[in-house]
Amino acid sequence: MSFFVDTAGIMLVTPLMAFLAILAVGKRMKHKGGEIAVAALAVNLVWATVLFVMNMTEGVLDQTTFEIARIGSGLVFELGWVVDGLSIMMFFLVNLVGLLVFIYALGYMHGDVRVPWFFAAFSLFAGSMLILVGAPNLVQLIIGWEGVGLASYFLIGFYWDDLDNVKAGNKAFLTNKVGDVGLVLGAIILGVTIGTFDFASLAEAATEHAEALGAVAVVGGLLLFFGAMGKSAQFPLHIWLPDAMAGPTPVSALMHAATMVTAGIYLMARVFPLFENLAEEVRPLMVAIGAITLFAIGLLALVANDIKKVLAYSTVSQLGYMMTAVAAGGYTAGLFHLFTHAFFKALLFLGAGAVIHAVHSNDLSDMGGLRKHMPTTYWTFLVGSLALAGIFPFSGFWSKDEILATLGTEGYTAVMWIAIAGAFVTAFYMTRCVALTFFGTFKGHGTPHEAPRLMTGPLIGLAIPSILIGAANIPGVDWPGIGNFTDWLGVRVVAMGDHHAEGIDYALAGIGLGAALAGIAIGWLIYGKDRSTQEERDRFEVPGLFPLLRRKYYVDDVALGLVGATSGPVARFVDWTNTYILDGIVNAVGGATKFLGGIVYNGVDQIVVDGIFNGLSAAADGAGSVLRRLQTGRVQQYASGFVGGVLILVVLFVFVI
Amino acid sequence: MIVHQFLILAAALFAMGVYGLLVRRNIVLILLSVELMLNAVNINLIAFESMLATPQAIGQVFAIFVITVAAAEVGIGLAIVLMIFRNRRSANVDDLNLMRW
Repeated sequence: MSFFVDTAGIMLVTPLMAFLAILAVGKRMKHKGGEIAVAALAVNLVWATVLFVMNMTEGVLDQTTFEIARIGSGLVFELGWVVDGLSIMMFFLVNLVGLLVFIYALGYMHGDVRVPWFFAAFSLFAGSMLILVGAPNLVQLIIGWEGVGLASYFLIGFYWDDLDNVKAGNKAFLTNKVGDVGLVLGAIILGVTIGTFDFASLAEAATEHAEALGAVAVVGGLLLFFGAMGKSAQFPLHIWLPDAMAGPTPVSALMHAATMVTAGIYLMARVFPLFENLAEEVRPLMVAIGAITLFAIGLLALVANDIKKVLAYSTVSQLGYMMTAVAAGGYTAGLFHLFTHAFFKALLFLGAGAVIHAVHSNDLSDMGGLRKHMPTTYWTFLVGSLALAGIFPFSGFWSKDEILATLGTEGYTAVMWIAIAGAFVTAFYMTRCVALTFFGTFKGHGTPHEAPRLMTGPLIGLAIPSILIGAANIPGVDWPGIGNFTDWLGVRVVAMGDHHAEGIDYALAGIGLGAALAGIAIGWLIYGKDRSTQEERDRFEVPGLFPLLRRKYYVDDVALGLVGATSGPVARFVDWTNTYILDGIVNAVGGATKFLGGIVYNGVDQIVVDGIFNGLSAAADGAGSVLRRLQTGRVQQYASGFVGGVLILVVLFVFVI
Repeated sequence: MIVHQFLILAAALFAMGVYGLLVRRNIVLILLSVELMLNAVNINLIAFESMLATPQAIGQVFAIFVITVAAAEVGIGLAIVLMIFRNRRSANVDDLNLMRW
């Protein structure tokens, strides 16, 4: 079995090989290269599943690295892969959800434009994420991080015929870049101070040499957190995620579930000891940002009319939950929510994709009554919604309850109440979404049909874990032989100072569940009734709040205004320096070079060098014109010369020597 | 055993061959002269073989080789002559002056 541990790195390579293979031969295949992408992830899933089961039963801890560069004597750059509880969980998640989404995409993208490129970029997306989660050090993590950013840029702007999609891709890429600056600076500061980029050494340094690091850890931790904010769409860097809906729906599903946005949470969990022991000053800030994200951005889903945007805002909100939990010290709580969320959010997005596929519109106002037309999609979407809302016994209930419990025991009581309010909002907007989409009468055009089997299959495949996997981490329950999710994630080089609840806090769980049920009930009262148009059904309005929400708290406007106001003068200044200073220098250097070149050409090259070669060739020419007369063409003349030569030699040998 | 008479015969044959090679104008006769020279060499080989302390027929073997090679050479040579004659209606070496400056 250790074969699978030793060769775990294969998972980091297969999607990239699939990327190249699809670009090479995808066009000529039946599913335009989709089968290569699916095969790559299927192979990966074998490894991931074996590792996941091994980690359940005995725990797997291994690291393989190759040195690629070295600065001076100390700072070493390595590539490789780390196999521990955290990375195995992510491997399993990315490959399983990725495989289901890829299979779904076979049906969804059928007959679309540029399908080979889609699957190639999709493979690159998954592969970069695997490089990221398998990274044993910050350098490789940054490589995967940027790869994910690049692939998401390709995929968000996939329908590039429409300028809006290109702009959405640019927005995602540039907003991510803002966070990336923090990540790179943090990595440099921590790596240079500690002397290595290796996560294990980083964790050891953070736990054992806490006082030696001091302020560096605070600054480095803050910068890493800033990077995570960008990737995981934390307020105010969340603005790219709703726009990222411009890509094809399978992309949104994977991006919101297992890949991309989870990278920031993953990074926080990876360097968890750093925040636990050193950068404690940063933690309240992180919790606050997570709390703002989970509540304020969740509210935005109330006014979104695009079904994918509703889900996008809910993702941002759930990421806020995860960030809050990890920041508050709930290593397992945050990651468990990441784990369950990946399944039901992928499910919701794929369900939304099936709906969009059927009604040819993203807009909630073109939907309604789809319950009867698309039963499989309806039931699975309902499962995903209940899980997201946190209803017992769906998986979301357990993970959200764990976050609430962590916040309570860590003393963040106010934040805990915000999170409970967030649960209410979540249930409310999901009720709105389900009611407007699946209940009432159909308001769109034509007759919607249930999605093909290639698409409903993954829906069912995701609905089952969305219901069940909450059982993996019921507080106080240890499954015989395999323990629970907390044990699996605890397999790390340095012990995580995790704050996992020993038993269920029934009062808190009841309050959380009550908030969610209240959200559903109130939501159903407002949106449940069918009316003549969807706009009629969606007439609920909170004066003062909803107009603000429709402007997205002006964050987009401020950000764009800020960028526009600063980048214009900066660009003009740079242009001026470019024209007058840089061009002047370049032209001066060019002119001087040209002048020198003229001297060398006329003086040295034309006279000396050419003279030598012309003389040599003239000598060869003259010699040739004289000597060629020896070539008479008369065989017997040659033979005479030969005989004469032999005779001379004979005379020499016989008489002289 | 006396070898002089064989060596003199061989030298005479060789000289005749050289003479024919240099002065004949017909290619067929030039080829014949070459054969004459080769046979002179053969006589030399066998004559010297008989002078060895322990004769092992090395000279005879070499002579057979030379005859074989000569036969092959004449075969190719005559084929070339034939082709030249067909193309140019002449077997005179003075007419074959293409390979010159």
